[in-house]
Amino acid sequence: MPDTGAARLERAFREAGRPLFVPYVMGGYPDLEASRRHVQLLARHADIIELGIPFSDPLADGPTIQAAGQAALDAGIRPSDVLAIADDLRGGPPVVVMTYFNTVIAHGAAEFMAEAASHGVAGLIIPDLPVDEAADVRAAARAAGVALIALAAPTTDDARMQQIGAEAEGFVYLVAVTGVTGGEMSMDDRLRALAERARRHIPVPVVVGFGVRTPEQAAQIGQIADGVVIASEIIRRIGDAPDAGAADAAVDAFGAGIAEALAR
Amino acid sequence: MSVNMRFGPYGGRYVPETVIGALDELTDAYERYRDDPDFRSELGVLLGHYVGRPTPLYRARRLEEAWGLEDGLWFKREDLCHTGAHKINNALGQVLLARRMGKQRIIAETGAGQHGVATATPSALVGLGCRAYMGRTDMQRLRLNVIRMRMLGAEVTPVDSGSGTLKDATSEAIRDWVTNVDTTHYIIGSAVGPAPYPEIVAEFQSVIGIEARAQMLEETGGLPGTVVACVGGGSNAIGTFRGFIDDAGVALVGVEAGGEGPAGRHGASLALGRPGVLHGSYSYLLQDDDGQVAEAHSVSAGLDYPGVGPEHSYLRDIGRVRYVDATDEAALSAFLECSRREGLIPALETSHALAYVRDRAAELRGGGPVLVCLSGRGDKDVDQAGAALGIDASA
Ligand SMILES: Cc1ncc(COP(=O)(O)O)c(C=O)c1O
Repeated sequence: MPDTGAARLERAFREAGRPLFVPYVMGGYPDLEASRRHVQLLARHADIIELGIPFSDPLADGPTIQAAGQAALDAGIRPSDVLAIADDLRGGPPVVVMTYFNTVIAHGAAEFMAEAASHGVAGLIIPDLPVDEAADVRAAARAAGVALIALAAPTTDDARMQQIGAEAEGFVYLVAVTGVTGGEMSMDDRLRALAERARRHIPVPVVVGFGVRTPEQAAQIGQIADGVVIASEIIRRIGDAPDAGAADAAVDAFGAGIAEALAR
Repeated sequence: MSVNMRFGPYGGRYVPETVIGALDELTDAYERYRDDPDFRSELGVLLGHYVGRPTPLYRARRLEEAWGLEDGLWFKREDLCHTGAHKINNALGQVLLARRMGKQRIIAETGAGQHGVATATPSALVGLGCRAYMGRTDMQRLRLNVIRMRMLGAEVTPVDSGSGTLKDATSEAIRDWVTNVDTTHYIIGSAVGPAPYPEIVAEFQSVIGIEARAQMLEETGGLPGTVVACVGGGSNAIGTFRGFIDDAGVALVGVEAGGEGPAGRHGASLALGRPGVLHGSYSYLLQDDDGQVAEAHSVSAGLDYPGVGPEHSYLRDIGRVRYVDATDEAALSAFLECSRREGLIPALETSHALAYVRDRAAELRGGGPVLVCLSGRGDKDVDQAGAALGIDASA
């Protein structure tokens, strides 16, 4: 019996010896091959890779991720293309896929989970599936050995934190800001108190994301949480690069900088 | 009494965790005020003296004659509501709720601009800031409503993503809400979205059907044989149908946007979609094999939406309501015919319901009186319909 996704994720936290770096790559942006290369480059520095399947109506995402996803959809990228990227990472950092609920149920949740598992995907993040609606999908994920990663937010009260914690597998993704992706977080007492509250109620590791841009911010988050997710900033750097070679170099350098900041 | 969260398998709350607390808060506030005498009396007084309710029931004798509907053709005149459509029934109720919840800011999405105007109006009345999100394409075709919203003091924010229509405006409004949820109440404009919105909107709109049923009994001594309403997200339709749902002998028909016809683009989610999740609820949806939401099309911005309210999905599945569609072309000709024969310029949305009645008059004949929800007036549509029909202001 191979390891479940939850077991692989939990091992990643145990073995890292520092706060985890979880970079996000939008599958198929700016094209499929480039996103494969970016995943490989980031895997040198990362502990878990978050791989995005583009969706037509991403409610939790700001303009940067929206535009990247739309570009991928315009180029004809399909969920199966993105899941196949995970094949390249077997033996490397575990992959968690992030997509919206309608992508998961379009062919049936069980079918989606089985396909994800067949590509070695360890976990799944569905930002529009709150814990109260997730029972069936969680069962399908468990049956396939894929961890359903829950999200918690600044507006989540203690009772819900406990509910989220009771069902949590792998890790919990704590949203740093009241808002969508792509803004800018700031380290303050509110965020510290939020992370502390989340860790009190949630027995699995807690990773913080949304609005993290710099190595300094990553290091600050490393002091209050078990890991940090960075998404829009990576996409922005790819978009700003003059050509594919420069984008690869930018991704590699950015990943190295974050990993270094977290190791300090 | 608790609030409906699902209609059969449809509905639910498929939204980011960040707004779950606000949905709970709205559910609590609605449960608390729904039957609160002070709330109902404030709403009732404003519906009477500000909106102009009850709206009349009108017998459209000239169309009745032209279409051969001897049992009678009746219009429930929501076009006579202040601001020109049924949308204000919901917007007013929700603004009063938002004020009781202590919210400082109102946001809304709008397609035809009609819900935007309907929300900007009571926001001005009670002094709450209001921002409406509207697709760029819709801002061009519904110019007049954009100006009205701005005159009323609302900010109108153009949305460029997707096709620049109602779906995209709704996504952007939800993103605003996710970001400003502590201070802001989101007034959704149709019977869609995460629970408890579909129930709240349906209940505020049910005044249409409740009045219409009593008026039909008074005017005709009986109930209509068939009740017809257009369906975008489905708020005027559900509000009308709720008055008649327990009257098993009354046939209920919802008319969706047939757009360019069966081979082209359209907005007929219930006829041609399959269940999926958009904007927080599980319901019939136009989508591709991978679950990517399709772009809808309709000549009327208010029906140009790939989803539909969850209660309609349920009523479709159990067979209580029949859902059909009318094309752009049929709606435009019905628009003109109603204007010329009744002196009533209907909204393009409403014209879809009229087109159905005209084109299926043979089936409706002898089946008892036909009641149509005349959901809105067509002032907002004169630019667009004029261009399509070759009518302009040049000498
Ligand atoms: C006059 C009128 N009727 C109908 C609609 C469609 O909405 P619903 O299906 O929610 O009634 C609109 C929407 O803008 C409208 O303005």
